[in-house]
Amino acid sequence: MMDARLLTKTLSEPGYAMRLDAGGWTGLLTIAHAERLTASLAWRLEGLKVPPKAAAILAEARANAEVGRTHALWEAEMAQRALLPLAIPLILLKGSAFAAAGLDAARGRLIGDLDILVPRDRLDEVEAALLGAGWEWVNPDPYDDTYYRQYMHELPPLIHAMRDRMIDVHHTILPLTARVKPDAAALIADAVPLENGLFTLSPPDMLIHAVAHLFADGDMNGGLRNLWDIDRLIREHSAEPDYWAQLVERARLHGLVPHVSRALRLSQHLFETPVDAFLAYKARKGDIFYMGRLLARNGWGQETRKILRLAFYIRSHWLRMPPLMLARHLWVKWRRS
Amino acid sequence: MRHSTTVTIGSRTFRIGSDWRSPVEAVDALYRDYPAPASAIPDYTVRLEAAKFGRRLFRPSIAIRGDYTLPEAVPQALAHGLISAEMAMNLQMALGERRFLLLHASSVEKDGKVLIMTGESGSGKSTLSALLASRGWRFMGDEFALIDPISGDVYPFPRPISLKNEAIGVMRALLPATRFGPLQAGTAKGDICHLIPDNAAIAAMDTPAPPALILFPGYGLPRDIRPVGTSETFVRLTQASTNYTALGEAGFDALTRLVTSVPACAIDYPDTDTALALVNELWAALP
Repeated sequence: MMDARLLTKTLSEPGYAMRLDAGGWTGLLTIAHAERLTASLAWRLEGLKVPPKAAAILAEARANAEVGRTHALWEAEMAQRALLPLAIPLILLKGSAFAAAGLDAARGRLIGDLDILVPRDRLDEVEAALLGAGWEWVNPDPYDDTYYRQYMHELPPLIHAMRDRMIDVHHTILPLTARVKPDAAALIADAVPLENGLFTLSPPDMLIHAVAHLFADGDMNGGLRNLWDIDRLIREHSAEPDYWAQLVERARLHGLVPHVSRALRLSQHLFETPVDAFLAYKARKGDIFYMGRLLARNGWGQETRKILRLAFYIRSHWLRMPPLMLARHLWVKWRRS
Repeated sequence: MRHSTTVTIGSRTFRIGSDWRSPVEAVDALYRDYPAPASAIPDYTVRLEAAKFGRRLFRPSIAIRGDYTLPEAVPQALAHGLISAEMAMNLQMALGERRFLLLHASSVEKDGKVLIMTGESGSGKSTLSALLASRGWRFMGDEFALIDPISGDVYPFPRPISLKNEAIGVMRALLPATRFGPLQAGTAKGDICHLIPDNAAIAAMDTPAPPALILFPGYGLPRDIRPVGTSETFVRLTQASTNYTALGEAGFDALTRLVTSVPACAIDYPDTDTALALVNELWAALP
């Protein structure tokens, strides 16, 4: 039975695709599409002799990602203009940050919403400035609104009325109710300026955010794409002096050492990422479940391993909030549905 | 998946997987005259699968999924398997197509030039394309006209024409019974019956041609012809396109070129004879 190993294998070792027959290519492209990694795959296969139909599909995916990149950078600039009077550093997160900084991780990466990080004590001003510049609430719902403001790491999502693009305004990188409390002030203090006046997180913090996003927030949906970000970031940044030492230090500061370790092991296992042996530590029993979850996709693009998926879904809520609060939240959501 | 088949329409190949045999059999029967795919690798994968666990056998209900899925899509009855497959394929084109600028329009070709007809559901663009195809025009598609951003040409997407309600009777009176698929009664859009394009249209399904005229038909109104200006045509076609925004600059350039090089008219017609006369009149007046 085909699973997403076909995709991870080809991403880490593009020559593997040369051994595929038409059925193999069909499965590879379908899985890549479902994991939103077709354009990333296209970049990896650049210059190799692939079947004409596959080449056409990959070229279209790449062109599509390129248009998306242009839109994402424009959106970042729009936010920058809206927030200019506040004189706060506008820190980009995730895909927009990779694109703005010209990182390898941005090659072929699809960018959804614009994610930004701002100081929590300036949140009200940021919100007012965005609302004044044409953004509006996606879903004005009193319970959700209160929930976001009390317990989440971001404002409720805003969408721009004219451009139809969403912005997620973060003040830290994990929900306030999560057991792990990253140091948001340190993230902001160490942010790196780009030439255009925008900021990104420092390289170690950028990796730690990718890890937090993968493990500590959500049910690992889209996990392969997050892990591919992690592989790309490590390969690009780990050559810098003291990268691993800084990564250890920052992981300790943010309380995410076990998470970073596991991400390194999984990335090494699936993408042959060169990782620091000390920080990766040794394999843990749970790794096999994460691996199984990340690869749970068949050649038709269907989600497989339903029970494992469900377990990770339940886990995501468990991590996000204490049990009593979870019970109350689910009760409210159930009554309203 | 348990059952599967492959269908090629124009330059696009779809892999269709199904939890049930009947939708796949219905698709194979409807597309029996279409050539086998040129490539064993499909452009799109669609899946007709049980909407929930257990719904394959007990009160079967088809969820339409695939490379592109609309989470809010309503599950279909198993009896409507053929329409489900068609909806699934249309969805892939509407949401996924990036090589061509996609217009929600019908298109027919004569003398090496293409007539594009676009309008709201019920404007009669599908029926008009079927009628023109029965009178010597080459049928190129009743749902999507594909505009090539590089050449400006229209590429065919001649899937079977989805006739609805009264249009079924109109076309049955004109064409042999072998050209029609099974009648599917009681769908969300009423009765639906597919009309299989003629062999010439299928044989030329890879052959593009340049556009020559854009029409905005309006059914049920007194006979009228109104020229539509470039700007209005542009705006109307952005609304008729499913991927104009996603294509970015390439979409803007392709659409600008189309509306500045091809004349456009709105036509109103009370009956099909009037519509055909109007089309012939406008076509004859082209330079």
